[in-house]
Amino acid sequence: MLLAVTDLHKSFPGADAPVRVLRGVSLQLEAGQTMALTGESGSGKSTLLHLIGGLDRPDAGQIVLDGLHVETLSDRGRAALRRDRVGVVFQQFNLIPSHSVGANIAFQARLAGRHDADWCAALARRLGLEAHLAAYPEQLSGGQQQRVAIARTLAARPALVLADEPTGNLDETTAEAVLDAMLSLVTETGAALLVVTHSAQVAGRMQRRAVLRGGVIA
Amino acid sequence: MIGAALGALMSFWRARPLQLFTLLAGLALATALWSGVQAINAEARASYAAASATLGGDSLERIVDRAGGTLAQADYIALRRGGWLVSPVVEGRLNGVRLAGIDPLTAPQGPTEAGAGDLWGFIGGRGQIIGRADTLRNLPQEGPELVEQHSMAPGLAIADIGQAQRLLGLEGRISYLVVLPGQPLRQVPLAEIAPGLELTAARPATDLARLTDSFHLNLTAFGLLAFAVGIFIVHGAVGLAFEQRRALVRTLRALGLPLGALIGLLAGELLVLSLLAGGMGVALGYLIAAALLPDVAATLRGLYGADLTGQLQIRPVWWLSGLGMAVGGAALASAGALWRLARLPFLAGGQRRAWALAGQRALRRQFALAIGLLGLAAILALRGSGLLAGFGLLAALMLGAALLLPVVLGWLLRGCERLASAPVAQWFWADSRQQLPGLSLALMALMLAMAANTGVSTMVSSFRLTFAGFLDQRLMAELYVDAATPAEADRVRDYVTPRVDAVLPLMAAQTMLAGGPGELRGMVDHASFRDNWQFLAALPDAWDRLHSGRGVMVSEQLARRADLWLGDVLGVEGTALPVVAVVGDYGNPVGQAIVTASLFASLHPEAPPHRLALRLPPGEVPGLVDALVRDLGISRDRLTDQAALKAYSMGVFERTFAVTGALNLLTLAVAGFAMLMSLLTLAALRLPQLAPVWALGLTRARLGRLELLRAVLLAGLVTLLAVPLGLALAWVLLAVVNVEAFGWRLPMHLFPADYAWLAGLALVAAALAAWWPARRLARTRPADLLRVFANER
Repeated sequence: MLLAVTDLHKSFPGADAPVRVLRGVSLQLEAGQTMALTGESGSGKSTLLHLIGGLDRPDAGQIVLDGLHVETLSDRGRAALRRDRVGVVFQQFNLIPSHSVGANIAFQARLAGRHDADWCAALARRLGLEAHLAAYPEQLSGGQQQRVAIARTLAARPALVLADEPTGNLDETTAEAVLDAMLSLVTETGAALLVVTHSAQVAGRMQRRAVLRGGVIA
Repeated sequence: MIGAALGALMSFWRARPLQLFTLLAGLALATALWSGVQAINAEARASYAAASATLGGDSLERIVDRAGGTLAQADYIALRRGGWLVSPVVEGRLNGVRLAGIDPLTAPQGPTEAGAGDLWGFIGGRGQIIGRADTLRNLPQEGPELVEQHSMAPGLAIADIGQAQRLLGLEGRISYLVVLPGQPLRQVPLAEIAPGLELTAARPATDLARLTDSFHLNLTAFGLLAFAVGIFIVHGAVGLAFEQRRALVRTLRALGLPLGALIGLLAGELLVLSLLAGGMGVALGYLIAAALLPDVAATLRGLYGADLTGQLQIRPVWWLSGLGMAVGGAALASAGALWRLARLPFLAGGQRRAWALAGQRALRRQFALAIGLLGLAAILALRGSGLLAGFGLLAALMLGAALLLPVVLGWLLRGCERLASAPVAQWFWADSRQQLPGLSLALMALMLAMAANTGVSTMVSSFRLTFAGFLDQRLMAELYVDAATPAEADRVRDYVTPRVDAVLPLMAAQTMLAGGPGELRGMVDHASFRDNWQFLAALPDAWDRLHSGRGVMVSEQLARRADLWLGDVLGVEGTALPVVAVVGDYGNPVGQAIVTASLFASLHPEAPPHRLALRLPPGEVPGLVDALVRDLGISRDRLTDQAALKAYSMGVFERTFAVTGALNLLTLAVAGFAMLMSLLTLAALRLPQLAPVWALGLTRARLGRLELLRAVLLAGLVTLLAVPLGLALAWVLLAVVNVEAFGWRLPMHLFPADYAWLAGLALVAAALAAWWPARRLARTRPADLLRVFANER
C-alpha cells in the first residue's frame, strides 16, 4: 500500500465557529494506481490533497505515505516529503517565475538529488517543450505551463503524483492533450496518481474514483 | 458622480492602511529632513542679518590699525579735527559675549535705533548694556544696568564705549572707526593724520553669511539628498497604488467618469495627502532642527565667531517651503504614474501588471539615460567651471549612478546565478534578480543615503584632519600675546625674553596683492616655522630663498585667484618676488603673501609687531600667563594658550560631527524605512513566487531566512557600489564645489574604518528592515500559501 488515509479531520477558522471541512476521511491507494477525487465545490477535495502532500497539517487522523506517518512530521520533515516522494501539480501559478522552462523542469529533481539530464530532456521532448526550454513561464500559454509543471513533477520520479484540477484552466483540446501526456508518463514511471477534478471526463480516465461529500468519502 | 468616484478611490486606502502609511511617512520624513535643515539655515541667516543690522557698521568703510592692533583715542580725536566723520567702536569678548562699545552720539545706529532705553540712561549714571535676555545672563550682574532687547543679534551686547573699554580692559583704545556716510569734501588725508591707520573697504552685510556658507552648503546638500531619498519612497508607494488601482480605474471609466475628472480626482487626492504629510514633516523637521540647533550654533560660533541663539523660532518661510517641497515632491513622484494613466488605452486599464516591472526596453532606456548622465558628469568634471557646473556635476553623478544601479545589480546577480551550482542557490540569485524592479527604488534610496554619508563624512573628516594639521602648523608656539600697543609689545618682549626659549614676532599688514585686497605677513627665520610648516607646493630650498629675500610664499587663495604658482613673480608693494611655496590657509577669504621679516619691516616700518608667539615648555605656560597678568597687567583675553585653543578648535569639530552624525543616522534610517516599506508591500505580491518553491520542498522558515539574507546581500552589494560613489561625491565637494565657492581646496583623506562602520550600519539597517517581512513569511499559514494555487485567487 502506497497511501493509507484513516479517519482524517480538518477544520478552518470561520466567521462564528470553525468550519469542519474533513470529518473522518479514509482512503487507500496502491503504487501505480490512478484515482480521481471528485465532489462539490468546498467539499474538501483540495484540502485532502494538501494534507496528503504534506502541504498542511490535519487536526486528527493518520496519513501513511510510503511507510511514513505524514501527520507526525515536522515542518522540515514535510518539506522533505514534498521534495523526495511527492509531486504536486496545481491548477495554476505552478512554476518558478524567475527560472526558465529548462530550469523549472530540472528544479525538483535537483532538490531531491535525483537529477537526470537525459530524462529531463526526454520529458521536455515528449511534452512538446523542446523549443521553449529557454523561455520563461510568463512567455508560455496556460497549456504549456501545465505541461512544464507535469514535466517538473515527473522529472523527480515521485512515488505519488497529486494533481489539483490540472486541466481546470485549459480549453477542452488542450486539457485532453495535457491529460494524455500526464497519464502516459505516470504509467511509465510507475507512480501513483491522485487527481482532484470536477470534470467527469477526467475522472473517467482514472482507474478508481472517490467522491467526497459532507466531509467524508461517500 | 464625483463624490461616488472619490469614495471608490479612497476605499483603496482604507483597505491598505500600511500602504497609506508608507506614502505619508515617506513624504513626511523627506519633508522633515529638508525643512529641519532649512529651519537651521534660516535661523542662522536671520542671526547674521540681525548682527549686521544691530551694529550697522559692516556696510560702511572702516579705519583700522594697519598692523591689526587697536587705535589710540588720540587718533580718533585727530581724525575728527581733520574733518573725518567717524564713529569709534571698541569690541571684545566678555564672558563669551561679543561686547561692542559705541559712541551713541556719532554711531550710525545708536541704542535708540536698537529700540531700548533712553540716551541718558545709556551713557549716564551706571550706564546700560543692551542685549537679548540669554546673552545678558552671561554678563556680570553688578555694574551697568542690563537692558533686555529681543531684536538684538544673539551673543552680542552693546554698551557706551567708555563702559565697554573699562569692562574689556581697553581703556583709551578703539578697535576701529566707522566712516559715516556723507563725508565733507575737504579732509586732511588719513596718511597725514595717522600713517599707521588705513581705510578698509565696506564689507557687505552678508560677509558673515558668506564665511559660513560652506557649512550651510553641506547642510543643504544633506537635506536635499535626504529629500531625494524620501521622494524615492513616495515614488514607489504612488506607483504601486496606481498599478493596483488599474482595475478600479477601468471600472470607473466604464461607468462614465471622464478621464479628466479621474485624473483631477487622483491629483486632488495626492494634493490632500501631500499637504497632510507635509504638515507632519514640517512639525517633525522642527523637532529635528530644535534638537540639532544647539550643536550647529556651537559649531558656527567656534568656526566663524557667528552667534546663533540656539533657540528655534517658527518662521513662515521654511514652514511654507516645507509644505511646498512636500507638494512638489509628491507631484514629481507621481507625475509619471498620472501621465501613464492619462495615456492608458481604455480596455487595457484592468489588466494588472507586476508593480514597476520594468520591461527590458524600459531598462535599456534607463541604462542609456544613466550612461548619458555619467558622461555629462565626466564632461563637467573635465571641462566645467563655476559653481553651477559643480552642482550640475553633483546632480548628474548622483542621478546617473542611481539609475545605473538596477542594471549593475542585475549583472552582478546574473553572474552569481551562473556561478552557483546548487538548485536553491541558483533559485535564490534568479529570484533576487526578479525582485530588483520592485526593490530598485528602495535600493537607489539606500545607495544615495550611503553615498551621501560616505561623501559628507569624508569631507568633514578630511576637513578635521587638515584643520588639525593646519592648527599644529600655525599654532606651533605654546603661548600667544596680543599686545594692545607697540609699546606694550616691547614691554612684553623685554619681560619674557629671559623666561622663554624664543620670542617670535608676528607681523601683518593689509595691502593690495595681485590687484586685490590681501594680507602681507613678515616671518622671522626660526626652526619653529621650518619644522612645522607644510606646503601644498614648494621649491626644494623654499625657506632659504624666502629668508634671503629671494622669494615669497603665497596662500592657496591668492595662488588660485591670481593664478600664481611656483616660479611665478608676485609684485609685493613694488618688489617683484618669485613664488617659492604655496601654503594652505583654510577658511580665510583673504589672500596672503609671506615675506621675510626684514623685508616686511622695510615695507611697513609703521606696523611694528603686536602679536608675539612664545616658545616655552608647555608646563610653564600657566605660570607665565599668571606672571604676565600680575606683573605687566596684561588682560587674560589677550593671552592665548595654544593647548586650550587646539582643544577648543577640536571640540568645535566634535560638535560638527555630532550634527553630521545625527543627519547620517537620520538619512540611513529613512533609507532603511524605504526598504522596510518596499519589502512589506512586496510581501503580498511575492507569494506567487515563493509558494511554488515552498510546495516543492523548502520550509517557510528557510524561505524567511533566505529573504533576510537577500536583503542583507543586496544592501551589501549596494554598499560596495555606494562607497566609491560617496568618494566621488566627496571629491566633487572638496575639489570642485569648495574651490569654486571658496577659493581653496581641501586635501581628500580616506577613512576606511569609517566606511566599514557605515557599511555595517547599512547592513544592520537592511537586516532590521527585512526582519519583520521575513518573520511574517516564515509564519505565513500554509493555507495562505496554498491559496496562490487556487482558482479563486
